[in-house]
Amino acid sequence: MDILSQYSMILLVLACVFGFFMAWGVGANDVANAMGTSVGSKAITIKQAIVIAMIFEFLGAYLAGGEVTSTIRKGIIDPMILADTPHYLVYGMLSALLAAGTWLAIASSRGWPVSTTHSIVGAIVGFAAFGIGVDTVSWSKVGNIVMSWVVSPVLAGTISFMLFVSVQKLILQKDNPYERAKKYIPYYMFAVGFLISMVTCLKGLKHVFKDIGIKLSIGDAMFYSAIVGVIVAVFGAYLLSRIKRDEVKERNDRFYNVERVFAILMVFTACAMAFAHGSNDVANAVGPLAAVVNVVSTGVVGAKSSMPPWILLLGGAGIVAGLATFGFKVMATIGKKITELTPSRGFAAELGAASTVVVASYFGLPISTTHTLVGAVLGVGLARGIGALNLNVIGGIFLSWLVTLPAGAIMAIVFFSLFKLVFGA
Amino acid sequence: MRSTVSDLFGKSPFKPLQQHMTAVIECSNELTNFIDAATSGDWVKAEASYNTIRDLEHGADDLKRQFRLDLPSSLFLPVPRTDLLELVTLQDKIANGARDIAGTMLGRQMEVPEPIKEDFVNFVASSLHVAHQAHRAINELDELLESGFKGKEITIITEILDQLDSKEGLADDAERIIRGKLLAIEEDIPAIKAMFLYKIIDKIGDLSNRAQRVGSRMQLFMAR
Repeated sequence: MDILSQYSMILLVLACVFGFFMAWGVGANDVANAMGTSVGSKAITIKQAIVIAMIFEFLGAYLAGGEVTSTIRKGIIDPMILADTPHYLVYGMLSALLAAGTWLAIASSRGWPVSTTHSIVGAIVGFAAFGIGVDTVSWSKVGNIVMSWVVSPVLAGTISFMLFVSVQKLILQKDNPYERAKKYIPYYMFAVGFLISMVTCLKGLKHVFKDIGIKLSIGDAMFYSAIVGVIVAVFGAYLLSRIKRDEVKERNDRFYNVERVFAILMVFTACAMAFAHGSNDVANAVGPLAAVVNVVSTGVVGAKSSMPPWILLLGGAGIVAGLATFGFKVMATIGKKITELTPSRGFAAELGAASTVVVASYFGLPISTTHTLVGAVLGVGLARGIGALNLNVIGGIFLSWLVTLPAGAIMAIVFFSLFKLVFGA
Repeated sequence: MRSTVSDLFGKSPFKPLQQHMTAVIECSNELTNFIDAATSGDWVKAEASYNTIRDLEHGADDLKRQFRLDLPSSLFLPVPRTDLLELVTLQDKIANGARDIAGTMLGRQMEVPEPIKEDFVNFVASSLHVAHQAHRAINELDELLESGFKGKEITIITEILDQLDSKEGLADDAERIIRGKLLAIEEDIPAIKAMFLYKIIDKIGDLSNRAQRVGSRMQLFMAR
C-alpha cells in the first residue's frame, strides 16, 4: 500500500506510456494485416483503409470490446489472490505490457507472424504463474482461451468456405453474373450490418443502456439489428446502382464488372473487420492499463473495477499513432505484394474472419485476428478460389505459437523482478 | 516490412501459363512466313524466319523454366500441380514442333513440288488454326479459376474444345488430301526428297495433334 501511494504518479505514467506503446504496436502491425484483404484486392485505397480503420477500430473497441478487456484485466489471473499485495498486480501488468510490446517490436522488425494477443496473454500468465505463484492464474480460463486460438482459424475458414461457395453458386457460376451480383450482394450487406449491430446491442451498448435504464432482450436486439441491416443493404444497393458497366473491359475479362460490384461490398466488410479487430485487440493494450489505473487510484484490488473512458481514448490514440507512423507502410507493402486477390474472394475471407473475431469478442475471448484471417483465406483456397497459397506461412505461424508464449512469459518475469527491485517488493 | 497476410498469397500459376501459351503461338505463327519464303524459293528470307522461330522458341522455353521454378511443392493450388506441369510441357511441344519443321525444311532447302504447293500451304494453315483454337481455350483459364471450375464457364470452354476437335478433324482431312496428292506424283521426284516430304507432312500433322492434346488436358481440370 505504501508503495502504491508513494509511487502512484510514476506508476500511472509508466502504465500510460507502456499501454500507449502496446497500442502503437497494434496499430503499426496488426491493423495492416486485418485490413490486408481489402487493401490487397484493391477494393479500397490505403488512405480509405486508414480512415475506415481509425473510425471503426475505435468504435469496435468502445462498443464491443468490453468483454475481452475484462478478460485481460481480471479474467486470466484472479485479482483477489493479490489482494494483500496489490502492488504486484501493478508491477505484473506493467511488465506484461512492456514484455508484449518489446516482443512485438522484435518480431515485426524480422517479419515474424507473431500475434499481439498471444504475446500479452503469455506475458500475463508468465508474470503471474512464475513471478508470484501458479495459483494466481485461472487455468480453466486460460485453457478456454488457448482452445479459442485453435478454434478461431478453423471456424473462420469454415465460414469463409461456405460464404465463397455461396458466391460461386449464386453468382460466379451462372450465365449472367453481373445482374446476379447486383441482386444478391445487398443480402450479404444486410448480413454484415446485422452481425455488427447484434454484437453491439447485446454486449457493447449494455453500459450505455444501463445508464438510460433500458434493457435489451435478444428479440429486441434482433429486431433493431435487422433494421440496421436493412439500412445498410439499402445504402449499399444505392452505391451499386451507381456503377456503370464497362462493356469494353468485359470483353477481355467476363468478370471485370462483377468484381467491381464486390468491391463495394468489401468496403462494408472492411468496416466490419476494423470493428471486429478493435473489439478484440485494443483490449491487449487497454486491459492491463485499466487494471493498473484501478489499483493505483483506489489503492486496493477491487472485485468490480470500472473502465474509465479516457483509457479507451488513449488506446485508440495509440492505434491511430501506430497506423499513421508505420501501419500505412505495411499496408502499402501488402497492396503491392498481393496482386491476384479479387474482391469476391477478399470479401468471403474478410467476412468469415470478422464474424469469428466479433463472436469471440462477444464471449470475451482474446484471439489472434491475423491467424484467424489466415484461416479464413485458407477456407477460400479450399473452395478453389485462390490461385496459389504459401503453406510455409502456416508453418511459421505454428512456430510463432511455440515461441511467443515462452518469450512473452520470460520477458515479463524479468521485468517483474526489475520492478520489484526498483520500487520495492 | 513483411506482413503475414501478404506472405500468404503466392504467385498464381494461371497467368504465367497463359503467357507461355501466347509465346508458343507467336512462335508457331512465324511458321506461316517461313513456309511462304520456302515455297517461293527465297531461302535467305526463310533462314531469317527460322532464326525468328528459334528465338521465339527460346523465349517460350525460358517462360516454361520460370513457370516450373515458381511452382514449389509448398504452394497450395486449386488444381493438381502435376496437371499444370504437364500442361506447360504439352504447350511447349507445339513450339518445338514448329521449330523442328522449319529447321528440317531449311536444312535441306526443301522444295515443295508445284502440284502440291497449294495444298501444302493450306495444310500448314489448317494445322496452325488448331493451335490458335487451343490458345483460345488456354486463355479461358483465368476465367475458369474465377468461377471456381464449375458452372457457365465450363459450357463456354466445352464449346471451344468442341471447335478444337472439329478443327483438328479438318487438319486431318487436309493431311489426307496432301498425302494423296504426293502419292500421285511420288514417282516423279527423287526418292529421298519424297521421303522427307512425307516426314514434313507427318510433323505438320503432329503439330495439330499436340495442340489438340493441350485441349484434352484442359478438360481434365474441369473433370475433377
